[in-house]
Amino acid sequence: MNEITKDLLREISEWDGGFKGAYNIRENGQCAGRVSSENIKIENKKDAPGLAIFINPGTKGETVSIPACVTQGGVDDLVYNDFFVGENADVIIVAGCGIHTETGEPARHNGIHRFFLGKGSKVKYLEKHVGKGHGTGLRFIDPVTEVEMEADSQLEMDTAQIGGVDRTTRVTKAKLAENAKLLIRERILTEKDQTAKTEFEVEMNGNGSGVDLISRSVARDNSHQAYHSVIIGNAPCTGHSECDAIISENGKVDAAPELHARDNDAALIHEAAIGKIAGEQILKLRTLGMTEEEAEATIIDGFLS
Amino acid sequence: MLRLENISWSTPDGVGVLKDLSLEVPDGKLIVITGPNGGGKTTLAKIIAGLYQQDSGKIFLNDQDITNLNVTDRARLGISFAFQQPVRFKGISVRKLIELAAGHPMPMDQLCDILSKVGLCAEEYINREVNATLSGGEIKRIEIATVLARHSVLTVFDEPEAGIDLWSFANLIKTFEEIRKNLNGSIVIISHQERILRIADEILIVADGTVKAQGASDDMMSKLECSSGVTAKCFKQEELF
Ligand SMILES: Nc1ncnc2c1ncn2[C@@H]1O[C@H](COP(=O)(O)OP(=O)(O)O)[C@@H](O)[C@H]1O
Ligand SMILES: [Mg+2]
Repeated sequence: MNEITKDLLREISEWDGGFKGAYNIRENGQCAGRVSSENIKIENKKDAPGLAIFINPGTKGETVSIPACVTQGGVDDLVYNDFFVGENADVIIVAGCGIHTETGEPARHNGIHRFFLGKGSKVKYLEKHVGKGHGTGLRFIDPVTEVEMEADSQLEMDTAQIGGVDRTTRVTKAKLAENAKLLIRERILTEKDQTAKTEFEVEMNGNGSGVDLISRSVARDNSHQAYHSVIIGNAPCTGHSECDAIISENGKVDAAPELHARDNDAALIHEAAIGKIAGEQILKLRTLGMTEEEAEATIIDGFLS
Repeated sequence: MLRLENISWSTPDGVGVLKDLSLEVPDGKLIVITGPNGGGKTTLAKIIAGLYQQDSGKIFLNDQDITNLNVTDRARLGISFAFQQPVRFKGISVRKLIELAAGHPMPMDQLCDILSKVGLCAEEYINREVNATLSGGEIKRIEIATVLARHSVLTVFDEPEAGIDLWSFANLIKTFEEIRKNLNGSIVIISHQERILRIADEILIVADGTVKAQGASDDMMSKLECSSGVTAKCFKQEELF
């Protein structure tokens, strides 16, 4: 494993020279280390590059980490990872991605993750993306996440991409059975000429299912973000999405939330707010002794925390 | 000491709000400013904190001319301002905001100390976000707490009682009485509340953009109660409140 990979790992995962629990490290499209545990088996996928990860029913309190790093330009990494989460398991999955380039060549990581959550299982899924290095080559991270949630399962998905990635297209799709609960928290900061596109499609098919989709984004400089969410309630269910964006300089944000109620007892709500930082917020922090720049940084930090 | 000399301020549309207003806040004194709504009290507070820039006139803090200093510089000189309408911040916790105000991280006992002065239990509140989920009364107390956390030479509270229920109000008065006792700097409270007026060293009545009357608390209170001019009218109006 090279030093750049180690630096990236520290940022995107809990790596501290090693991992607690099962893990697989992907470095420039190759496997740079793998350990399974008694309850969590990591295997190569048969039909495509990537992993099949099996989490035994009833597994409690374990973490599995599958970070991916691209440390040079000219790499175009495509990977398919499937997670099979057994009934009543309760686990944390950490799947970050870091790209570091020092050349003019582009680099890309495209991770296609599928999650199959068994009945009553509970997953916390953390995904952090970073882009580093001085190379002018564009850094692409294009994650696709597909989730199938069986009855009474819960998924909390926490994603963060705070600058550094030039182009992102993120697609997240989920299907929920009875009483399945999905919580998605997304944070994106774009700057310079970066673009980020994010698409959500959540289908609630089971009685009592629920989704809470919270997106916070900051678009600075000349960056551009587009947010599109589709929440479909096919059963008595609750859906809530909230898209909050701060724009500064010439940042641009498009937000297109869609709600589709296909059941009389589907209760769907959307809230969206886009605008620059409120002048009053800056003034309040300045009355505490901060400069305007410090105040802005503090507000954005908090907003994305 | 804070001194305002001949301050005038007009709205961006050119409507005169403060008209040649002068006042002094001596060191270690508690001044209460009262007067009818729309009389210019909040504007005056914002001029002192530097949120608004006066059209003409001068401002001195301990004989330093601060007329041209901006909000940040004035804050660093020790001027604090508790907003009448506090600002909310998504993603910033109560703890973080108080620590930003104090300028350093704070142990639990200090946080408890400050928040209990405004009638809040630290354990319940420090991790809450200063966002729309806080009620009007809660956000108002947190606003006051941020100001109490600072080391101020001069503090301006703009209608601290607004939105705070009567029960907690009694505690708030106690807090102001305490601050009053241990006063190093000066305090200006904009208020309509009789109990706050009573703890003042001096009361100023601001109406129509100028100081209409001023004097020691006792004198002013009796005048307010028996006179029949503008001042009585405004005091009556506030009693209703
Ligand atoms: N930024 C502003 N723009 C326009 N009008 C303002 C502004 N600030 C204050 N005013 C006006 O100045 C007058 C005095 O307001 P204010 O100082 O808030 O009064 P008070 O606090 O005594 O109730 C009001 O008519 C108010 O509408
Ligand atoms: Mg006012």
